[in-house]
Amino acid sequence: MTVTETMIRARRPRLALGPVPYYWPRNELFAFYRAVARSPADIVYLGEPICAKNSSFRHEDWLAVGEELVDAGKEVVLSSLALIEAESELKALRRLCENGRFRVEANDMAAVSLLAGKGEFIAGPYVNIYNPRTLAALARRGLKRWVLPVELSRATLSAMQEERPAGVETEVLAFGRLPLALSARCFTARHHNLPKDDCQSRCLDYPDGLLLSTQEQEPFLALNGIQTQSARTYSLLGELDDIRALGVEVVRILPQWRHTPRILEVFADALARGPGAEQAQAELVSYMPAGPCDGYWQGRPGISWHA
Amino acid sequence: MELVCPAGNLPSLKAAVDQGADAVYVGFRDATNARNFEGLNFDERAMREGIAYVRRHRRRIFIALNTYPQPAGWPAWARAVDQAADLGADALIAADIGVLDYAADRHPDLALHLSVQGSATSYEALRFYRENFGVRRAVLPRVLSLAQVAQVVAQSPVEIEVFGFGSLCVMVEGRCVLSSYVAGQSPNTHGCCSPAVAVQWRETRRGLETRLGDVLVDVVGTGEHAGYPTLCKGRYLVSGATYYAIEEPTSLNTLDRLPELATAGVTAIKIEGRQRSPAYVRQVTGVWRAAIDACRRNPAGYRPDAEWLRVLSRVSEGQQTTLGAYHRPWQ
Repeated sequence: MTVTETMIRARRPRLALGPVPYYWPRNELFAFYRAVARSPADIVYLGEPICAKNSSFRHEDWLAVGEELVDAGKEVVLSSLALIEAESELKALRRLCENGRFRVEANDMAAVSLLAGKGEFIAGPYVNIYNPRTLAALARRGLKRWVLPVELSRATLSAMQEERPAGVETEVLAFGRLPLALSARCFTARHHNLPKDDCQSRCLDYPDGLLLSTQEQEPFLALNGIQTQSARTYSLLGELDDIRALGVEVVRILPQWRHTPRILEVFADALARGPGAEQAQAELVSYMPAGPCDGYWQGRPGISWHA
Repeated sequence: MELVCPAGNLPSLKAAVDQGADAVYVGFRDATNARNFEGLNFDERAMREGIAYVRRHRRRIFIALNTYPQPAGWPAWARAVDQAADLGADALIAADIGVLDYAADRHPDLALHLSVQGSATSYEALRFYRENFGVRRAVLPRVLSLAQVAQVVAQSPVEIEVFGFGSLCVMVEGRCVLSSYVAGQSPNTHGCCSPAVAVQWRETRRGLETRLGDVLVDVVGTGEHAGYPTLCKGRYLVSGATYYAIEEPTSLNTLDRLPELATAGVTAIKIEGRQRSPAYVRQVTGVWRAAIDACRRNPAGYRPDAEWLRVLSRVSEGQQTTLGAYHRPWQ
């Protein structure tokens, strides 16, 4: 089969918006999701993936926003916390997994454990699925969609797609600061010489994370509480034809403090009409706090950019 | 409590056994394990010799196969599982679900340990590995406090092994890709963090610059100790301040908390450092053997010997040690 034939066969990927990894004020979150409801996103992942102490939204708020997004025609998924340490977090996780309304994205093996064998679930980017045997083992236990781990390349994805079990969808991160690491330590609290247990919600001051640069002033990472992100923004806008040809069903955009609805539109346009325009690429770059990267997709260091 | 010690080569393995390790853990000489460094680890002949040595001394040997194979690498990883089983390893330490699934399927008698790279931080996660692959033991990531460790142990369906001493991973193992972000290789994909091939040292007017790839990790002035440029232990600029923004170059040391770990029900203490020298393995194993024995004889009266602490501090990264996450305020 030629690439063109595959492309004709492959359906246009749907557009997903990942969960907000940052600590945004409650009113801003409501406003954000009102805008998302009007955006071209097909799928919206809701919930707190990073910090158990983020108190802007309670479980009930997420469910309520979820209903509004369903009314707006979106598929809604609840994302689980990526690092589970305390019993209280397990308790919250159980409530999330047993919500009975929305599908759940597992971001940790505790969530996989709770969801396995009990219906359909999604494995998020924090679950390590590096080979088809892992994919098959999880598919036997109810996995319906998986997200390619951020450090894996196009070549690995292509090989994974060839052996993927029937009925399992593939999702690929296409835009956003890369989630690179998780820790027990809160680097934002550390920056302010505060203990994590008394962090005074300082992450509220850094709605896109706290920029970390090298001593040569090169933007390098973004500290987001216990999470470390890339300072650069991953973008696969120019690869959408290829992504489609690989049979990927969903592309994911990660939220950022500003411009997210517009970024979703740019991707929706590119998915509908092809990404060709350099103009669209330039527009996206203008929304990036510290420039683009796409090395992981190319099989190179993630920080690099093909241009 | 069992003492589980690292061996990157035969002399280290023998040193660990001679100094009283209950078990040693080793890896094959390739990317199938998380300490894949040049000149390190065991080819088949060395592995056979190592196993024979361990057997003669009635100790145990665990083979670490704790990286995440991608499709192109799968046959090599499957072969390594078969080889570990054929050689008669006492356990396979694995992280990847596919590898665990394969091992459980092909070698049902081979004991499986969940590697620290498997990133299981709760008994709920451990239940998954127990129920689906029959995992018997798990190594916890170095991110839990002592109270949290005790809580996991209390409800864990598997034995718990924790790190007692060695390099400190501040990130949750198995879920950190900083190294591949900068240098194209990570513990998950290649079994190495901050690969030596990407390291550069350069003497400049500002001091000794250490880089990984193109990223300046630190500038070290005269009189300062220049550490290996592990990305999480560099000095960076955040809001106008230059400091160890993620973690200082320190080592983990839990020697003075041994009684608490024992009371919590921890099965085994693991020493980090397959990349370290036989001398390191000899000294550290000797100290920990003495400490565990002392703690067992008289837990209430246990105090770490000053000489033990001196020995450990001499071999520590950055010459400082910390309790890391075991000490809640650190978090």
